[in-house]
Amino acid sequence: MRRLGIGWLMVVVAFLYLPIGVMMLMAFNASPFYTLPIELTGHWFTDLAQNEKLLDASRNSLLIATATAIISTVCGTAAALVLGRQTFRGKRLLQILLLPPMAIPWLIIGTAMLVFFHWTGIGRGLHAMILGHVALSLPYVMLVIGTGIQTLQPDLEEAAMSLGSTPQHAFFAVTLPALMPSIIAAGLFAFAVSLDQFVVSYFLAKPGVTTLPVEIYSSIRKGFTPEINAISTLLLGASMVLVIAFAWLSNFGGAHERR
Amino acid sequence: MSAVDIRGVTKTYGPVTVLDHVSIGFEAGRFTSLLGPSGSGKTTVLRIIAGFIIPDVGSLYIRGEDVTTTPVWKRDIGIVFQSYALFPHMSVMENVVFGLNRRGIRGAEARRRAAEALETVRLTGFDDRRPKQLSGGQQQRVALARAIVTRPKVLLLDEPLSALDRRLRQEMQVELLRIQRESGLTTIFVTHDQEEALTLSDRIAILDRGRIIQQGIPSAIYERPRTRFAASFLGDANFLPGTVAQGAVRVGDVAVQCDAALPANGTAVTLAVRPERMSMAAPSESHLNGSNAMAGVVRQATYAGAVTTYRLDGPGGLDLRVFVQNRDGTRFAPGSEVRLQWSPADTVCLED
Repeated sequence: MRRLGIGWLMVVVAFLYLPIGVMMLMAFNASPFYTLPIELTGHWFTDLAQNEKLLDASRNSLLIATATAIISTVCGTAAALVLGRQTFRGKRLLQILLLPPMAIPWLIIGTAMLVFFHWTGIGRGLHAMILGHVALSLPYVMLVIGTGIQTLQPDLEEAAMSLGSTPQHAFFAVTLPALMPSIIAAGLFAFAVSLDQFVVSYFLAKPGVTTLPVEIYSSIRKGFTPEINAISTLLLGASMVLVIAFAWLSNFGGAHERR
Repeated sequence: MSAVDIRGVTKTYGPVTVLDHVSIGFEAGRFTSLLGPSGSGKTTVLRIIAGFIIPDVGSLYIRGEDVTTTPVWKRDIGIVFQSYALFPHMSVMENVVFGLNRRGIRGAEARRRAAEALETVRLTGFDDRRPKQLSGGQQQRVALARAIVTRPKVLLLDEPLSALDRRLRQEMQVELLRIQRESGLTTIFVTHDQEEALTLSDRIAILDRGRIIQQGIPSAIYERPRTRFAASFLGDANFLPGTVAQGAVRVGDVAVQCDAALPANGTAVTLAVRPERMSMAAPSESHLNGSNAMAGVVRQATYAGAVTTYRLDGPGGLDLRVFVQNRDGTRFAPGSEVRLQWSPADTVCLED
């Protein structure tokens, strides 16, 4: 029974990784038509170095994801702290209002943003995509950090103050560091939401200024090249490093467990 | 002069009066318990001393200095919270040196003093652990070490033992007492556990509905409760309602003697007698001279090894309880008629 269970778990994990694995493998295959046996080569990667469009799009993607992660964690942490620690009229309503945007189809949000940004003169381009991605990731960020705040003991700051901390010192020396695992997790989440985002980016991109998913989509429409496998492999490698870094960090950051 | 002095403090939240003109002094170096049910205001008293709550009326003095509006971080206090409130992202050592660092004591000197405090609470060899890697009892010790390491002017304990299981709680009671005696810190302990208050305290203050009902040394409060609430909250008591008549109290048709001064004839009073101060005898046995006596019928006998608890019906439908040490084989079965006897010295005339 136990062996069967472990076997099943391996099947599930394999199911998750198989397509990705094939893609990564093909990035190193000389044949552009997925023929076997594999002939190892690195020339898709060197080709990639010449593909300005893909590289530009990747740079944009990373830039937007980084900006989104930073802006939405800073804004989201502040908002989650207000929501988590203060009581006021309409708090519950505000809390509930955070959830629907996560369920609204991106196509609809994208259309709404396009219309709104056009109407307000914000327009399209990098700044519009960053704004859009921040709006998309904020509910997730607030949810993750809000959960972190809830598991934090409410009297931590009081304890710090009794030991001689001013409220400001207590916040920066105790609350914020104790929340850091949640904040980092939220930041990575926002980064991933942004990096993944296609629909909203597609609507808000300006000709010549696109993100990687948008660029990959338009390349595929023109004809698939293994360079896409190569760039995807690089991206995947980077996100793997991020995830592992987070797992390592959070283990050391020590999110508080309630007994 | 008391180490901590609360004078005429009132605190209200909207229509609710949490503390109603409370005045109490806490002696230096003593262990004082604030005992009361939830909602009695005991935690509010603690939080006013800590500085988390500013009273509406009245003042607070620590070592003679008016600190009523002094912010928490300038009061030089130590608190152990019910949840311990250990900083989760810091090691045990970092938690303990936190307060020292805030007072400008750093580096080797801070670590030396922290190690000393950890030794006092008997938690050595865990310096680099995170709080979540420790057991409940160990976390408790870290919280104590963190609170005493700065040698605060007053140590406040907010039901610190309530999260522990019974065995560990008893162990920590002994530890707490030892640590308090060794450190000599003025300690104020909030609890709703009467046994804990009795065993730990030099002094007890009983609170009910925002007022201090009675304060004094544990035995004085136990043996001479002033009110019905004090008598029933700290220990068990039999209440005998009656009327003052000719230097005694008539309970039904029994005249009960009481050592304390009684109010004027005709006043309705309630007497209190602790269940272990009553003795039981068969009606045929001779009456002890000078003691109060009352007839009763055993309704229920609960054997508990060292002690048997009897519930009895007294005259006029009185519900009585008697604890009897099982020294010999004497037992009274339900339905037995018995005579209860107790000394006038053990009879307390309550104020309400």
